[in-house]
Amino acid sequence: MFSKVLVANRGEIAVRVIRALRELGIASVAVYSEADKNCLHLELADEKVCIGPSISAKSYLNIENIIRAAKETKAEAIHPGYGYLAESGEFAKELEKEGFVFIGPSPENLQLAGDKLIAKKIVKSAGVPIIPSSPDGVGTIEEAKKICGTIGYPVMIKASGGGGGRGIRICDNEEALMEEFPVAKMEARAAFGNGELYIEKYVVEPRHIEFQVLADTSGNVIHLGERECSIQRRYQKLIEECPSPLLTPEMRKAMGDAAIAAAKAVKYLNAGTMEFLVDKAGRFYFMEINARIQVEHPVTELVTGVDLVKEQIRLSSGGQLEYSFDDLIRRGWAIECRINAEDPDRNFAPSPGTVEEYQAPGGFGVRLDTHLYQGYEIPVYYDSLIAKLIAFDLTRDRAIQIMKRALGELKISPIKTTIPLYLRIMDDPQFRQGEFNTGFLKNYLLGKDEEEEF
Amino acid sequence: MEVRALMSGVFYRKPTPEAPPYVEVGDQVKKGQVLGLLETMKVFQKIKAPVAGKVVEILAENEGLIKDNQVIFVIETA
Repeated sequence: MFSKVLVANRGEIAVRVIRALRELGIASVAVYSEADKNCLHLELADEKVCIGPSISAKSYLNIENIIRAAKETKAEAIHPGYGYLAESGEFAKELEKEGFVFIGPSPENLQLAGDKLIAKKIVKSAGVPIIPSSPDGVGTIEEAKKICGTIGYPVMIKASGGGGGRGIRICDNEEALMEEFPVAKMEARAAFGNGELYIEKYVVEPRHIEFQVLADTSGNVIHLGERECSIQRRYQKLIEECPSPLLTPEMRKAMGDAAIAAAKAVKYLNAGTMEFLVDKAGRFYFMEINARIQVEHPVTELVTGVDLVKEQIRLSSGGQLEYSFDDLIRRGWAIECRINAEDPDRNFAPSPGTVEEYQAPGGFGVRLDTHLYQGYEIPVYYDSLIAKLIAFDLTRDRAIQIMKRALGELKISPIKTTIPLYLRIMDDPQFRQGEFNTGFLKNYLLGKDEEEEF
Repeated sequence: MEVRALMSGVFYRKPTPEAPPYVEVGDQVKKGQVLGLLETMKVFQKIKAPVAGKVVEILAENEGLIKDNQVIFVIETA
């Protein structure tokens, strides 16, 4: 086991990792930017090193400065948290070269996870279903018609150069395809400087369900069940839960097996997540690999009793997996709400500033992962996630009751947060029944939700 | 006419570090023209000219911290 680990992150995830290190008896090194001199993770760590100016590109993304900090403090391993350098193959490779352990997947895993088309191809060859799609560069409308005839309508025309949901056109039939294809081509050329298009089957009102996996250096791969992540805004998850209200034991078995097959196909190491879309008929499709600890990992921890951050650390120091999903004593239901410093009444406008009043909830079934304290100034430089509130009980209904009670107790003023939105969702009949899909949040948005105008 | 920040954030004079600035002092701008970007908690907003005219002052540094309501540009209308 390591004797000292540097945590290359900030905020709640740095706090989370430093807590795990403390419990394992491992010394911790916190790093920080000039804007983060008063951030809570510095208080909790054994040592701290400033790694640069406030702007992330010059500090939390600065590989050179982070490696220098690791050398200065004689850390043996680096935990990257999520975001920043967590999925940078370059960073993992540099650390390897310098003799440090990267607590996470291999550099090769990270590179592959970043190349979604190749990852899908490999996973498909292992027998895992993927969303049917064309190869890149569908040139003519005749080609497009032929492809759509094979994969079946509705389809999405996507710009190869696009991303984040931009440049997508949905066609319900061949007539619509004839109309949309030339326009999409022109639009792609204008918007992305690249007129290449590809076509993918459009999954109507899907659910986003992902599986947590762990893998050791001997080739053992296990899964730890699913997380339901369908409540999203612009592909950003807001509420997650474990288990998913949708999955039957049979679906869980099939998807869990697929997650393990996908991880094995890419020779995955350490902790990761296999993301799937599930259509209305219950068919599932592999989407991508999240090669990191995820924001929503606590819901899995509460239901399985496995501390995923400690498992990451154990596996990266050569630990092996001597248990499987069936060995876990799983129970109850966990729900997480991501508390963001955003104003849901003003198109989710960011709300930085000083936390004048802070009151944390407590009591039965409540977990709060946060770096907040009274008087803390939330900087403008970083992500709006300021806390994760997780409720746990033996049933979903009871977990919702705990969440409502805890949301009511949590005071973070005068910062605007997503708490009022979550209070409404906890009473939403569809949410209560567990019947929702990735379009759920549209009912709670004000008109069109595209431009950044507040 | 003063152009103020609608919220605090980091000010950028150019779309990418390599690109030339959106505007320089002395430039004529159209109403609605992009003058710069404001990044607040990873969300980027365009700062647009509220009127047509000439940019006579740029009161913030590239990558500088801007306070809510701080004056960033001064535009002289014809």
